[in-house]
Amino acid sequence: MPCKRCKTSPVITLQSGNQPCKNCFIKYFEKKVGKTIREHKLVEKNDKVAIAVSGGKDSLTILSILHNLSLRKKDFEVFAILIDEGISGYRDKTRIDAEEFCKKNDIKLNVFSYKDELGAPLDEIIKKTGISGCTVCGIMRRSMLNIAARKLGATKLATGHNLDDEAQSVLMNYMRNNMEVTARLGPITGIKRDKQFIRRIKPLYFMPEKEVTAYSFLKELLGKYSECPYADQSYRNDVRDLLNGFEQKHPGTKYAIIASFMEILPTLKEKYAQESGKINHCPKCEEPTSGIICKRCQLVAQIKEKLAKS
Amino acid sequence: MKVYLERTNESKEIKASNVSELLKKLSLNPATVLVIKNNTLVTETEKLNEKDEIKIISVVSGG
Repeated sequence: MPCKRCKTSPVITLQSGNQPCKNCFIKYFEKKVGKTIREHKLVEKNDKVAIAVSGGKDSLTILSILHNLSLRKKDFEVFAILIDEGISGYRDKTRIDAEEFCKKNDIKLNVFSYKDELGAPLDEIIKKTGISGCTVCGIMRRSMLNIAARKLGATKLATGHNLDDEAQSVLMNYMRNNMEVTARLGPITGIKRDKQFIRRIKPLYFMPEKEVTAYSFLKELLGKYSECPYADQSYRNDVRDLLNGFEQKHPGTKYAIIASFMEILPTLKEKYAQESGKINHCPKCEEPTSGIICKRCQLVAQIKEKLAKS
Repeated sequence: MKVYLERTNESKEIKASNVSELLKKLSLNPATVLVIKNNTLVTETEKLNEKDEIKIISVVSGG
């Protein structure tokens, strides 16, 4: 069935059943991302938006869209932050993709590495300390991005999370009874505001992963497939397979999860904003924390001690 | 036709008259892949012939 508008060959089948051609799909995609940004006030006048890039399809897609939007609107600015964990054969490759894209488009790219922060790349940390890669990245990537964004004067931190990522997170938290964590999700994150915490925005929130990949392929942003050698996401993979199976049998499942989640999100945020305790600030790094010394500083001390003994 | 699966870096020779049939033969869920026919992105209804070169890209991130 040719594209309804142009009568040319279609490139994708959308949720609605429409099969747009390349140009109509690109227009549809950018329009829908723009609508998410406007309706949820993800980017406002005079914002300085830091974009977390890995060099993968999601982050280069959002970097490309926000960069073009900033050139057109001229009332906000963007720059990129890349955290180089030091994973040989993986991050070194995607880092090149991010560097090339930023150079070609004249976007300022700020790189921060585990080597500088922790004294060694992740490959060496895992080998010498025995701490799992996912434990290190789960804490370090998040805090390093926040600290970097804050120090560089960002007012927002954009990530490339898409509809599939979010539907998986909502379902995982539900199945693990992590409702407080769920309350922090949404197109703009956080329960309580804190000046040390740069609010995270997810402009691809309503875009299925397949559409993001199609857009990145058509815009020549898609690099060669590569996989983190330490990724241990067995639970997430199970939920992803479950959702994709459901989506095939019952199209619209992922949208339905996010639509119903968006209805309860304001109530969840209100409930946990009242129940959660005071936000402290770590005396070492100034990061927001529910305890005294933040998890990041505890982990950094543990890694440095183990590295020194190795 | 020649079919290259990027994620697993495998090449296969498979007969199929359209993309939907090809994905069924490979036991792939259409929601998880993109099919590139002769360097062009196509939908599940696209017809295929013996001379076509097919590349299958996974939409799942490897992070």
